[in-house]
Amino acid sequence: MASPANQRPGQSRKAQNSLFTAYVIAVTGAVGGLLLAVLSVADPLGFAHLRIAAHELTAPVARATRQMIGSISGIDDNISAYVHAGDQNRRLRSELADARRQLVETSALQEQTRQLKGLLKLQETDKMGIANGYLLTSNSTSTKRLALLSIGRNMGVAAGQPVRGADGLIGRVLTAGPSVSQVLLLSDVDNVVPVRRARDGLPAQISGSGYGDLDVRTLNVANNPFRPGDILVTSGIGGLYPPNIPVAVVIRRKDDGALARPLADPAKVDAVSVLRPYTPSSIEAQAIPETNGAMPDLTAEPAPRAAPASTAQAPATKASSTTATAPRP
Amino acid sequence: MSPRTLNQRGPDIGDPPPAWRRISIPLIAVIFASALPTMLPLIANSPVVPPMGLLLFLCWQLLRTDIWPIWIGLPLGLMDDLFSGAPIGSAVFLWTFASFVVHYFAERLIWRAFWHDWLIAAVLIAFIQTISAKLSHSHAPWGHMLQLVAPQIIISSLLFPIFMRLTAMLDKFRLKRG
Repeated sequence: MASPANQRPGQSRKAQNSLFTAYVIAVTGAVGGLLLAVLSVADPLGFAHLRIAAHELTAPVARATRQMIGSISGIDDNISAYVHAGDQNRRLRSELADARRQLVETSALQEQTRQLKGLLKLQETDKMGIANGYLLTSNSTSTKRLALLSIGRNMGVAAGQPVRGADGLIGRVLTAGPSVSQVLLLSDVDNVVPVRRARDGLPAQISGSGYGDLDVRTLNVANNPFRPGDILVTSGIGGLYPPNIPVAVVIRRKDDGALARPLADPAKVDAVSVLRPYTPSSIEAQAIPETNGAMPDLTAEPAPRAAPASTAQAPATKASSTTATAPRP
Repeated sequence: MSPRTLNQRGPDIGDPPPAWRRISIPLIAVIFASALPTMLPLIANSPVVPPMGLLLFLCWQLLRTDIWPIWIGLPLGLMDDLFSGAPIGSAVFLWTFASFVVHYFAERLIWRAFWHDWLIAAVLIAFIQTISAKLSHSHAPWGHMLQLVAPQIIISSLLFPIFMRLTAMLDKFRLKRG
């Protein structure tokens, strides 16, 4: 290809000046842009309103395409359901039989749980979500893992609220716009969540790796206690995320911790619910009378294993000015 | 046929294409490409989708260096920042830098073959995506960031000829007579 039109202005003083001005504008603007970028790294929410306004513009298109493609994949599912009807029927029958047996077992456990809870005078905290929505789209071209939620301030969504799907934690609201809001997904490099191991309450924290998986690190680095298959749930330490939301399952050990996979895949999750942020005041409210808030984790483990879980939760209550004399069984 | 229709001013042979088409097509193409990923119902777990706005921007710059002033990266980069999720200002800086590089090579390499363009674009994409990732996560180590953007850089570089073809089609429409 030949060189494009020659930009040399020749002898014309006017052309020389305008070219010079263009270069000055470009250099000044570029330096200004770099400064702006450094500034918005220091204060990530500074230009959030500008960004959410841009997303408000594209959100209607995203809603439309989601509806379209969602229904197409629905047709796909229906056809495959017809094809696999026989297999599925047989499988579901056996699963139903299993489930019935388990139901009988759990109904006994449920009664026991009810009695134990009554004994501890536990208050059922308000775990109701603020609103439900679905994930419309996401930033797929940059390393930031941000998804767009279909609801915003019109449904009471505000920055800092945790977002969860049916299977587990999704992330938290970064910015809320009038009708859409941005969710920082778990897998973002900057997202850190305090968790504990569901089995024994071992405290740890996870941070996103940027490509879907999560890095797990223990808080006490004596040795590497993780095994593939360990389930991690939120611990509630530090507020924000309510305790006992499933987060991830460990898939591989690493030198300095483990690699985990989120239990709720944001790409596959259908609906998500926005929860009330877990604040220190609600921790205190939970810890009112003689229980001291050290609630044995009755749902995760039967009674004998409840003691370590309650010690793991003690730091959270310590922080909220109650004495940590947990009732040991 | 009435004299009125005969005298009506229609496009003549040799007329330049209308100004709105000459100016708006490249701008609309780049802005639309920047916004497109956020219009698709796609929840990505890693940055694998090619930065379409950047690709089209580079294609237009390499194909028609003279249609835009050198500061065009400022407004177009700002639009891309609004949709990409990278810190606002990063594309403003990096796209203007890309403009400078393309203008430099347009003056230095008198006869550019297609693979020259391809090479320039690939190097610029790799540079811009890496620096942009580092600006988004300033505390994360370089190695991790490179590992994160490497698949995207490779995919984008391989898709460059297709985007160039698309740009050429748009350019043909842009300069169509009448």
